[in-house]
Amino acid sequence: MSYFCFRFRGVYLLYSFTGERIVPKESKETIFNMKKVTYRNQFSKVLGVSLVVCLLFSANLFSQDESASAGDAVKGKSLFNQNCAACHSLNKRMTGPALANVEASLEEEGLDRQWIYAWVKNSPSVIASGDAYANKLYNEYNKAAMTPFPTLSNEDIDNILAYTAAPPPAPAKPVASVPGTETASSGGLSNELVLGALILVFAMLVMLLFMVNKTLRRIAEANGVVLEKEASEKRTPIWKAFVQNQFLVLVSALVLILCGAYFVYGYMMQVGVDQGYAPVQPIHYSHKIHAGDNKIECKYCHSSARVSKTSGIPSLNVCMNCHKSISEYAGNPEGPSQEDLANGRTNDFYTGEIKKLYKAVGWDESTQSYTGESKPVEWVRVHNLPDFAYFNHSQHVSVAGVECQTCHGPVEEMEIMEQYSPLTMGWCINCHRETNVKVEGNEYYEKIHAELSKKYGVENLTAAQMGGLECGKCHY
Amino acid sequence: MASNKKYWKSEAELNPNDSIVETLRHNEFVQDIPVDEFLGDKDNLASSSTNRRDFLKYVGFSTAAATLAACEGPVTKSIPYVVQPESIIPGVANYYATTIANGFDFASVLIRTREGRPISVLNNTDSKTNGSANARVNASVLNLYDSTRLQGPTLNGEAIEWNDLDNAVKAKLGSLKGSGKQIALLTQTYASPSTSRLIAEFKNTYGSNVNHVTYDAISEEAALNAFEKRKGIRALADYDFSKAEVIVSFGADFLGDWQGGGFDAGYSKGRIPQKGKMSKHIQFEANMSLSGANADNRIPLKPSEQKVALAKLYAKLNNSSVGGELSESVNSALDLAVAKIKKAGSKAVVVTGLDDEDAQSVVLAINEMLGSDAFNADQPILTRQGDVKAVNALIDAMKSGRVGAIFIDGVNPVYSLPNAVDFEEGLKNVSLSVNFSTNENETTAVSQYVAAASHYLESWGDVEIKKGHFALTQPTIKELFDTRQLQSSLLQWMGSDKSYYEYIKETWSSSVLGESEWNQALHDGFYVKSQPSSVEELVDVALAPVVEETTAVVPIASSLRALANASNSEMELTLYSKTGMGDGQMANNPWLQEFPDPITRVSWDNYVTVSKVDADKLGFVNENVANGGLDGSYAKITVNGVSVDRVPVIIQPGQAVGSIGLSFGYGKKAGMKAEMQTGVNAYPLYQNFSNVQSVSIEKSEGNHEFACVQLHKTLMGRGDIIKETTLEIFNTKDAEEWNVQPVVSLDHQEVAATSVDLWDSFDRTIGHHFNLSIDLNACTGCGACVIACHAENNVPVVGKDEVRKSRDMHWLRIDRYYSSEDTFEEDNVKKDEFDGLTGDKGSLGGFGELEHPASNPQVAFQPVMCQHCNHAPCETVCPVAATSHGRQGQNHMAYNRCVGTRYCANNCPYKVRRFNWFLYNNNDEFDYHMNNDLGKMVINPDVTVRSRGVMEKCSMCMQMTQKTILDAKRDGRVIKDGEFQTACSAACSSGAMIFGDVNDKHSKVAELKESDRMYHLLEHVGTKPNVFYHVKVRNTEEV
Repeated sequence: MSYFCFRFRGVYLLYSFTGERIVPKESKETIFNMKKVTYRNQFSKVLGVSLVVCLLFSANLFSQDESASAGDAVKGKSLFNQNCAACHSLNKRMTGPALANVEASLEEEGLDRQWIYAWVKNSPSVIASGDAYANKLYNEYNKAAMTPFPTLSNEDIDNILAYTAAPPPAPAKPVASVPGTETASSGGLSNELVLGALILVFAMLVMLLFMVNKTLRRIAEANGVVLEKEASEKRTPIWKAFVQNQFLVLVSALVLILCGAYFVYGYMMQVGVDQGYAPVQPIHYSHKIHAGDNKIECKYCHSSARVSKTSGIPSLNVCMNCHKSISEYAGNPEGPSQEDLANGRTNDFYTGEIKKLYKAVGWDESTQSYTGESKPVEWVRVHNLPDFAYFNHSQHVSVAGVECQTCHGPVEEMEIMEQYSPLTMGWCINCHRETNVKVEGNEYYEKIHAELSKKYGVENLTAAQMGGLECGKCHY
Repeated sequence: MASNKKYWKSEAELNPNDSIVETLRHNEFVQDIPVDEFLGDKDNLASSSTNRRDFLKYVGFSTAAATLAACEGPVTKSIPYVVQPESIIPGVANYYATTIANGFDFASVLIRTREGRPISVLNNTDSKTNGSANARVNASVLNLYDSTRLQGPTLNGEAIEWNDLDNAVKAKLGSLKGSGKQIALLTQTYASPSTSRLIAEFKNTYGSNVNHVTYDAISEEAALNAFEKRKGIRALADYDFSKAEVIVSFGADFLGDWQGGGFDAGYSKGRIPQKGKMSKHIQFEANMSLSGANADNRIPLKPSEQKVALAKLYAKLNNSSVGGELSESVNSALDLAVAKIKKAGSKAVVVTGLDDEDAQSVVLAINEMLGSDAFNADQPILTRQGDVKAVNALIDAMKSGRVGAIFIDGVNPVYSLPNAVDFEEGLKNVSLSVNFSTNENETTAVSQYVAAASHYLESWGDVEIKKGHFALTQPTIKELFDTRQLQSSLLQWMGSDKSYYEYIKETWSSSVLGESEWNQALHDGFYVKSQPSSVEELVDVALAPVVEETTAVVPIASSLRALANASNSEMELTLYSKTGMGDGQMANNPWLQEFPDPITRVSWDNYVTVSKVDADKLGFVNENVANGGLDGSYAKITVNGVSVDRVPVIIQPGQAVGSIGLSFGYGKKAGMKAEMQTGVNAYPLYQNFSNVQSVSIEKSEGNHEFACVQLHKTLMGRGDIIKETTLEIFNTKDAEEWNVQPVVSLDHQEVAATSVDLWDSFDRTIGHHFNLSIDLNACTGCGACVIACHAENNVPVVGKDEVRKSRDMHWLRIDRYYSSEDTFEEDNVKKDEFDGLTGDKGSLGGFGELEHPASNPQVAFQPVMCQHCNHAPCETVCPVAATSHGRQGQNHMAYNRCVGTRYCANNCPYKVRRFNWFLYNNNDEFDYHMNNDLGKMVINPDVTVRSRGVMEKCSMCMQMTQKTILDAKRDGRVIKDGEFQTACSAACSSGAMIFGDVNDKHSKVAELKESDRMYHLLEHVGTKPNVFYHVKVRNTEEV
């Protein structure tokens, strides 16, 4: 999968992915489930990729078996995803034609499997040979020749064809077909049932008590027992006693005031602190899917965090680096989680959000081209620092090497982005007091660190000791 | 003692039977207040739908609603690019080298852009052409965001499309082709190789009746003619004052805008005493100019007498004599100048600013005769091309109907022509007039088509500033509006499908660049053509004077005679351009309007400068009124029957008796915001394009209210504020004598003031410790730093009324002091010799006398900003600790913490703290750039825009030092000297301000701090500032 990402043009990619393996093995499956389209013009790189594939499947190569013709649809699926999905889909025209039942449709044209072998392994030569259908195809698809796949064996192609003829059924989704709302209500119903039963039991108990009391009274009345009501009334009422006890009044007043003040203070201090602020965004962008499930590096999209004071909301062309090929959301292999379904986040919902992106960036899926009609997305800003506070991302991200999650929390688990930290000055300062300056290998710090640590008699300087608490460092 | 004086308020009181007076004796108002009309009608009150309780409900509700609404944070949107340009990273500035060439100011500059919008102008320090960004160039970025800019082409005031304009123009041009009628182009000086080529091609397309007339609002006609006659090229000689040991100037304000300006950096280089040497500067002038203020000897002289003096100087240098009478003192000054020049030989240079061809010729002759090193006629300056004769011929042609179409670009002749009426009349006879302008102005008002022109930051262009020194203008932002530059339009009208960019590239690759790379030139913003083989040229230079002298003897003789016989009139007016306003094309710029003139310290005005003697004679007064503001009389100035009335009068020390001065650039009305319509227009007095006029002046009615930021003119003998000495003493005596360290009494012992301290000192030896060095010798007072500070730090503009109340917000001011005696030294002596309270040497009268500047005072400039005291008095008095000190030496100001007690400002001995009396942004009361969305684009996003009720001050450009540090940290490297800059030090091209880290022992600033000349302002107060000054050394003998 990693090669797939490398293939993207653009500076960011080179920056963010050098030396980083963004897609570990275990997550491969997830990504492969997504539909992919890509690159027409990067044949050379694809060739390189094919080489990799060649190495991977060298075993298969040697054990090539001509007789195989039925093909294994399951193997075919994985081969399809690896080699074909960048340009082909089963049921949708992408860079190349839709491939569902391709063999059958080619048979109508009078082309057999041998032709397919030849075409897949080296399509330009087929075109060059003057094959009528090949040339028709070539012209129909903007004269973009299909990448030759000489490494694919006939058996592999058979497998792929088997897959295109009858794709294996999707793994059974647990109750996935049940609309989300119903599932939610059923879960809620059971809770409510238990609660209702409990309430019923409680009400019955109360009633029982009341009836017992009534019965006892009747019995007492019948027996002529006089209740000692009057006697009790002669005692001073408790509130009067309370009022008369001035000390008690004073103490409780004090307690009340202090408690009140505590809560008022607490309330006041949270005015303007928007911890947990999770506004609804114009496009439901899930950090969980991107940073969590697909393990995309934060700074791939928020690239200016490395060099600028702002982390930068990625421009839409960055989104399109991947979403040019990923036009539908295939979700987890296990299907949407209960929670997602409860919130109506089905695969279709996510696919709909991708369509919103296409609309904004002006991407026409049917022609696979930009229309030029774009409209910037008006994201709602989540982290709002006041104007008078200067914060520089690069200082923290590049110089200090602070993880994004330190301040922004477990973003990779956030379905909806929210403000994780309070972003108050106290919170900043606390961190500056506790965090050591990362001086290793930084020539800038060499002298000042040596001198300052000697002065303070410490081994590691905190940001505060380095001057990170001075007003003017953040307020100017 | 009771007084019998009776004060009366109106003449009605003179009539004892007046009923009104009688009524007023008992009642406050003559008539009853008509309250009964609405309170008496009970029915009306009862029927009102809003009763008292309702009213209270509304009040309660709205208060509660407002309170609740305030608890909810606003929703902020973040809108990223759809496709982010590769070069733009949000939050990171980009720099583009470009060139301003607006016809008056020509300079290579760097434009800093943030998120694609230009926010400030910086010096292009790589550029090898003289002329760095002055105050106006620094402020020019704000004109880009002028909300009154033209947003598209118009026809008689109605908006039209460019297509319509193009079609109309093409049709007209087609019909004029071959007809006898002129197609006139009236433009500014471009000095642009591409534009010249373009206009030549335009001529080819539309025939020889195309007439290109170049017009400079402020003409250098005399100098151009003189130079052309001698050298055969219409240009101006270039001067490098750093190579001059003796500079003698006759009315040339070469530190101002004389012959295009840009000579100050070279001048300052020679003014810093090195190895006991510095240049000697003698100035003969009428107005007190920047150059005069910086001169070692300044001789106030009427322009007619300057001519005589110049003739005599030439004669004396040749050991001959000419006629003409001069006073004894002037003669002796001349003798001194002659002696100095003779001694210096080729190290001397003579310049003149007299608009007189004879004077200019004589000066050229003198410099050639001397073989002056500073004088360069081989690479002359090309930035003034205006041709008065051609302009006048054009006006005549227009009046007689011989002009079929006129295209005007970059000039505003109806405003700036002395004979504007003729021009307007002529324009009526022209059937097609197209005016390229960025703003509405006097000329667009009478033009048919107004073509909205692009600002230079949106345009392509090239310019040959000096011969062989080329520079490129590139757009730093896409056109904000539907605008187009003239050159693109010409290409369009010629039917070319080339863009002007391609056209320039073509010109450059064919005739400018040679082997060099276009991209490199564009990146650098300039290109210097290598000179032809140097040996030949050296021979040329050596031979030239000899050859010239033989050929030029005859004309010089007649010139000399003309000069010596210059007619002396009773009152002579010298017109000049103000540092802040130039020729007036940027009058709509609030930064420049609020920029205090370096000499008079008056902002938002121009005025006539009059000597004290003449003022007394004519009855002019300047007085400070009770609220501290400066008031002045009005004058009426008449030249040849043309008069300008209600000109405010400033009594100017140093103004030559019998002369007055008035600046161009003010009094614009058309297309200007009401607040910016300041001053009077001096161009009607600019008869025959001569800056010297014989005038009559009389007092007129009324009192003018000035917005003057410095009311106290003299130092009153406080020699420790501006320490100065003479070159002789500086060279011969110990530093303790001329740079006296203050002492205080401790235990009845005199000890150094710095040794006594209330506070413990912090250890500042670790890390960076920023210091700013200001060399009073190098500072010319040009004010570029003031505007640069404005731009960098979002300093608000407060307007004339507020400035008058001393509420100006400049973080950096340049104090200007006059001596009360002839020199500052004499002031010091006088003060020291005070004896007793009264009497001849009594301090009571003596201090009173010291308040008045001398008639020809010495002048000193001192830039003062927050001194960033290590023991800051402001910090100790802040009740909320809003101002505190950092280890790096900067005095921090946390705006969000400030509650506005203003204790700090009261306790600051330097008076550098500025209080936000009002909200200056988003406030209709202060309708300047911060009150509209367009103007706000100039705001530096790294600096907080302050709110009402907080104190602010110079931060020593904390945002810049922090950025430098951060960049180094990110790169993991040590910071080199010179990397740390403040806005002012970066803007200072004269080398007066040097900023850096004194803990870096190899830095320039650390070296300067060890200099003998170093002193701190008000050292005896014990504030231990991080800004230090260098003692001013004057190259004078007499002190």
